[in-house]
Amino acid sequence: MTTIAESHHHHHAPTGIKRWLFTTNHKDIGTLYLLFALLMFLTGGAMALVIRAELFQPGLQFVEPHFFNQMTTVHGLIMVFGAVMPAFTGLANWMIPMMIGAPDMALPRMNNWSFWILPFAFFILLMSLFMEGGGPAFGWTFYAPLSTTYSNDNTALFVFAVHIMGISSIMGAINVIVTIVNMRAPGMTYMKLPLFVWTWLITAFLLIAVMPVLAGAVTMVLTDKYFGTDFFNAAGGGDPVMFQHIFWFFGHPEVYIMILPAFGVISTIIPTFSRKKLFGYASMVYATASIAFLSFIVWAHHMFTTGMPLAGELFFMYSTMLISVPTGVKVFNWVATMWRGSISFEVPMLFSIAFIVLFTLGGFSGLMLAITPVDFQYHDTYFVVAHFHYVLVTGAVFSIMAGAYYWLPKWTGNMYHIGLAKAHFWLSLISVNILFFPMHFVGLAGMPRRIPDYALQFADFNALISIGGFAFGLSQLLFVAVVYKCAKGGQKVPAKVWDGAEGLEWEVDSPAPYHTFSEPPEVK
Amino acid sequence: MKTQYEKYYVPEQSHWPIVGAVALFLIAVGSGLAVMQTAKQQGGIGFYVLILGIAVLLYMLFGWFKNVIDESQGGLYSAQMDRSFRQGMAWFIFSEVMFFMAFFGALFYARTFAVPWLGGDSNNAMTNEVLWPSFEAVWPLLNTPGGDETKAMGWQGLPLINTIILLTSSITLHCAHTAMEHGKRTQLKTMLALTIALGAIFLVLQGEEYVHAYQDLGLTLDSGIYGNTFFLLTGFHGMHVTLGTILLFVVFVRILKGHFSEEKHFAFQAAAWYWHFVDVVWLCLFVFVYVL
Repeated sequence: MTTIAESHHHHHAPTGIKRWLFTTNHKDIGTLYLLFALLMFLTGGAMALVIRAELFQPGLQFVEPHFFNQMTTVHGLIMVFGAVMPAFTGLANWMIPMMIGAPDMALPRMNNWSFWILPFAFFILLMSLFMEGGGPAFGWTFYAPLSTTYSNDNTALFVFAVHIMGISSIMGAINVIVTIVNMRAPGMTYMKLPLFVWTWLITAFLLIAVMPVLAGAVTMVLTDKYFGTDFFNAAGGGDPVMFQHIFWFFGHPEVYIMILPAFGVISTIIPTFSRKKLFGYASMVYATASIAFLSFIVWAHHMFTTGMPLAGELFFMYSTMLISVPTGVKVFNWVATMWRGSISFEVPMLFSIAFIVLFTLGGFSGLMLAITPVDFQYHDTYFVVAHFHYVLVTGAVFSIMAGAYYWLPKWTGNMYHIGLAKAHFWLSLISVNILFFPMHFVGLAGMPRRIPDYALQFADFNALISIGGFAFGLSQLLFVAVVYKCAKGGQKVPAKVWDGAEGLEWEVDSPAPYHTFSEPPEVK
Repeated sequence: MKTQYEKYYVPEQSHWPIVGAVALFLIAVGSGLAVMQTAKQQGGIGFYVLILGIAVLLYMLFGWFKNVIDESQGGLYSAQMDRSFRQGMAWFIFSEVMFFMAFFGALFYARTFAVPWLGGDSNNAMTNEVLWPSFEAVWPLLNTPGGDETKAMGWQGLPLINTIILLTSSITLHCAHTAMEHGKRTQLKTMLALTIALGAIFLVLQGEEYVHAYQDLGLTLDSGIYGNTFFLLTGFHGMHVTLGTILLFVVFVRILKGHFSEEKHFAFQAAAWYWHFVDVVWLCLFVFVYVL
């Protein structure tokens, strides 16, 4: 398919700490993003375990309610902005230039800047937990007036931490778009792009479109809280519901920002281990674009119970249900790709199949939540928690794991310990369902989310959920062990690690040389 | 036949990004602490950290831009690199558009929904009856439900003059661009200097308008949703005009130094795009904040 590019070692990989601090290399920056995301995943996970420990039994055991609220808030913020988004940006950094035959990202220095803002931003966020008054405790959605009238003094730190996270995301997204539009090797036309590249192109567009709106929302929270404005206060002619409109105009595209790259990863892995071409490539591209478009006109389905004219409720119900069409196209295409393929069950494939089944389950509960009258019952219950953890944990996180197991040999040049990796998969698969599946039941029965205590009839399910939670959390340590061992050494792998794999990234050596494609490869 | 490709310049290691990250960290912590300490009316280190952060950011901007300009003057940048910069700038401006959209969205929501609903519109008769029965929904909202009073800013005086100034500056900037493309350096310098002067005059007049609002009209940042949207929209616009003027000034200095050619003048182009964008935002402001 392609000619292998000579890798010119005109400057070698620098060594020591300077390599990482000053780097302009997309692979180094990708590694940094991925390791940072892993660290944040474990940090946010530890907070989830605090939550699950408290909820193991009814009554208050371990933490104060105010601290419990800080845990739910910061867990959400860290997992969204610190774990899932940087992990996908890390995959983008590593893979996109190699997949399109580019020498590096289009703007390599800005790439480094985008990354190094993140550790500082999360340092600020975590630091506020230890300050007098505590960290943010209003939920990751920081609804007014919780974040304005009733928040603690340290809210300004939260606001500015979100601001610089946003700057980081926007610069990262600009880099991705410009790289894909401007740096493709000759012959790499748009409809030949690997699907991971396509999904990231659209994700980056969403990021640039909505991160500034989030910046606007936190700015209004800041001025409402500290400078006497009344954006979200009816006494001054504003409206607390307006906060939710602005926030969810960002927030709904944001959830697709976290799942579209996942679709890309799965669309890459399924054909490899089915040894067939992806079924319906073009329809996958159009489906991704449709989902992105729809994401802008569905935001108020998060606010069916907070006050909206009837016409609004109907519009947002129908537009939301429309999303299941392009999403269904994708799921059917994955299944059709596997249909009559010669499937083998390597670790990335295991995670991908689990993704298809469990993400679809999360999609179905989403469809239930989309129905306005039904949502009146489900709103703010554990059913919602179950829904978005199915799409984000068994969806986004499982796809990141699949991607990591798929490309880890390319990154390190070594095969990982397959037994340990399979153990990681099976333990995760079982425990994650013990963790999140019963949440559907307690939610339907009326257990509200974001509370440190609950009525006695939910006790058995909550104990079970907590056991699943700790099992899932501890299973992730296996992943850390697999990655560590793989980076240290292991069985050497050839350039094309998986025999069914296609794409430019498999034409270069494993581990991928520090600089790839200084001369663009020819794509036929 | 093998096609020849220009090499895409991938820079060596650089310490500027991490300096920039530290600067943003200091600015974020400094602003956060400064806001918190101001609210509690106590002194503190917030402002000093903020000023330090801005200083580090300026140091980074000077160093990084010097680096880039040297590379550009050294002929390291290909046409493809130029396209990367142009596309990057275009997307950055798009992100700025979306930032303003958030505040325009707040304005439209307040005018179309929040204020009429408080006055009992739609099915909210009881909202008005129970909360503030004497409240009347009008825009501009000069008497808030909570009882704040203010006066409206007219569009005829300073705002109209400012509109004419910014529109003129867009024309002069366009003339400067045409001059650049035809290599007429004197016309370029004159027109660009004129643009910068108009930008500066706009900012002075905008300052005067703020003084007028605070002293004569009692229109302040905290006088209800009208004052909120007025000051945040015009305030953020003013900050963008300031940045645009600085960008144009830097480009002007580079032109005096003999930089840029008829074909290659990305920095000029970027600053010009930014200026036109700021202009369009003002037109929207003039229509939706002042006139309507």
